[in-house]
Amino acid sequence: MHIPDGYLSPATCATLYAGCVPFWRMALQRVKKGLHSRQVPLLSLFAAFSFVIMMFNLPLPGGTTGHATGIGLATVVIGPWAAMLAVSVALIVQALFFGDGGVTAIGANCFNMAIAGSLVAYAVYRLIAGRSALASARRVVAAGLAGYVAINVSALLAAVEFGIQPLLYKDAAGTPLYCPYPLSIAIPAMMIGHLTIAGLAELAVSAGVVAFLQRSDLSLLRSTAGKLIDAAQALPPAAARPLRALWAGLAALMVLTPLGILAAGSAWGEWMASDYANPAARAQIAAASFNHGAPQLAPQGLQRLSSVWTAPFARYAPPYIRGVAFGYLLSAMFGVGLIVVAILLLGRFTQNAVRAGPEAV
Amino acid sequence: MSDVHVRKRGGFIEHTLEGLHAAMERALYAETVASRRGLLQQLDPRVKVAGLLSLVVAVALAAKLWLIGAILALAVTVACLSAIPLRVIAGRAWLGALLFSGMIATPAIFLTPGTPLYGLPITVQGLRTASFLVLRAVSAATLMLALVYTTPWNHVLKALRIFRVPVVFVVILGMTCRYILLLLETAHQMFESRKSRTVNAITPAEQRRLAVAGSGVLLGKTLQMSDEVYLAMRARGFRGEVFLLEDFHMRKLDWLALGTFALLAAFSIWAGR
Repeated sequence: MHIPDGYLSPATCATLYAGCVPFWRMALQRVKKGLHSRQVPLLSLFAAFSFVIMMFNLPLPGGTTGHATGIGLATVVIGPWAAMLAVSVALIVQALFFGDGGVTAIGANCFNMAIAGSLVAYAVYRLIAGRSALASARRVVAAGLAGYVAINVSALLAAVEFGIQPLLYKDAAGTPLYCPYPLSIAIPAMMIGHLTIAGLAELAVSAGVVAFLQRSDLSLLRSTAGKLIDAAQALPPAAARPLRALWAGLAALMVLTPLGILAAGSAWGEWMASDYANPAARAQIAAASFNHGAPQLAPQGLQRLSSVWTAPFARYAPPYIRGVAFGYLLSAMFGVGLIVVAILLLGRFTQNAVRAGPEAV
Repeated sequence: MSDVHVRKRGGFIEHTLEGLHAAMERALYAETVASRRGLLQQLDPRVKVAGLLSLVVAVALAAKLWLIGAILALAVTVACLSAIPLRVIAGRAWLGALLFSGMIATPAIFLTPGTPLYGLPITVQGLRTASFLVLRAVSAATLMLALVYTTPWNHVLKALRIFRVPVVFVVILGMTCRYILLLLETAHQMFESRKSRTVNAITPAEQRRLAVAGSGVLLGKTLQMSDEVYLAMRARGFRGEVFLLEDFHMRKLDWLALGTFALLAAFSIWAGR
């Protein structure tokens, strides 16, 4: 992936250097805006980390090994613009001092891996991760795929750069002066290795480290997470709409409660002790009970217990309200209000108990 | 079967350790050579950076094999006169470039269309293009080795200012170089401590977990170190502005060397068309 000297023409290298400059400038401006003076050590240290992580050999299925570039991981942790700079710095140091990648090809390598790689990784990560919680498995998958797609896009760009060399630069005898392979060879040759070995290494490192961070330090994933739907933040936006509908429905039902007046008689079995002495009520009881007549006297237990508690809104008709319909409505409002208050108190009590739990342990 | 297990035991860790050790050793060896007396060591870093990079560009532009060969010979001579042993040049610059570029270039000998060579399934154009690829890679690697082994790395980075590289970028590059060594050491210790606790074969899945966990831990340490470095910088008065101490001075020898490099690069570019 690190293009050495001699594979690309100076004109291609110069073009890609020029292509990097506006991105580097924009990245520096954006990073300055977000991080202020903290940017210098952060970028330096992260570039050093990117350098070192490229040296970790990762055993892959099939007995081979690969090493990741860390583009996906850097993007997920510090964002695309800072990652662009950090990975560029790592690539420059590699080319200058460690002979990994050519000096004339620094622009090409930075464009392919640091710039295109970071932007692609960020787009894929945000697209797949969506607004999922920081600790969700979806973010692990998103990070893995971000690394995988990013490294493959970088490889594709490098392959295209290789592939156009024999089209553009040949001597009089037809000898390709730089990379000799046309697009038909360069693209499959680059992509086979990256779609399998290098891509898998990138996927494993990006996904694995994000999963590791989810268990060890979740805050490191927050800067690129966007707006989240996690346990703390999910309820207001997600539940507001259904709750609004519920409140509206409840209000409508309360307004409609006076319709209950239209229903004749009492519900079966909800008779009062006084109904047994009332001939009209007795007729209704008999009609609702397949013509089985009610006893002459109210049952003794009912008689005795009915005087234990006198409801303030007996039969949904408070004695101090003249209008029956208004009495129904007031009863409904009072009842709903009591239920809501009870549930709110219960919820508060439960939350306090949950918060107190771990500390008690 | 057991032989396979024995051979594989700790292989991944050892392989990673070797890579980390090689990188640290390269950096330390470069510091040692840079402090020796030699031809390039006497020159101003800006002259070396401008001169040797212009020769790298000349190599990239050259369309004649003999010219690239001549620049390679010159680079080897200058490196040897600068107290870099030939075996070091061969081992650190040529071996990697030959192996990698040789592997890439070999199929081109057969695949490049052109005039067949003595009835063999190879073409003249294929041989030439493969030679271009390998010679350019080897020459550029030798020139860069001559630069970074005869100049302290922070001086190389400071000298990049002659290309109008922003100061903040140079400072970040310098800090990166410094902390690469520290993180290499940290990673080395992590893997070595794991290796010292390994008494049996590690399965590939376990190796992957180990590498990923190692990366995660190193990331955490990196960010923690970043905070500490930032606080240390703040404590020393850092307020977000970066400066470089420009302590280079051009002498007669430097001007002479700069003129020579300029002439050589100009001639190479003209002759290599």
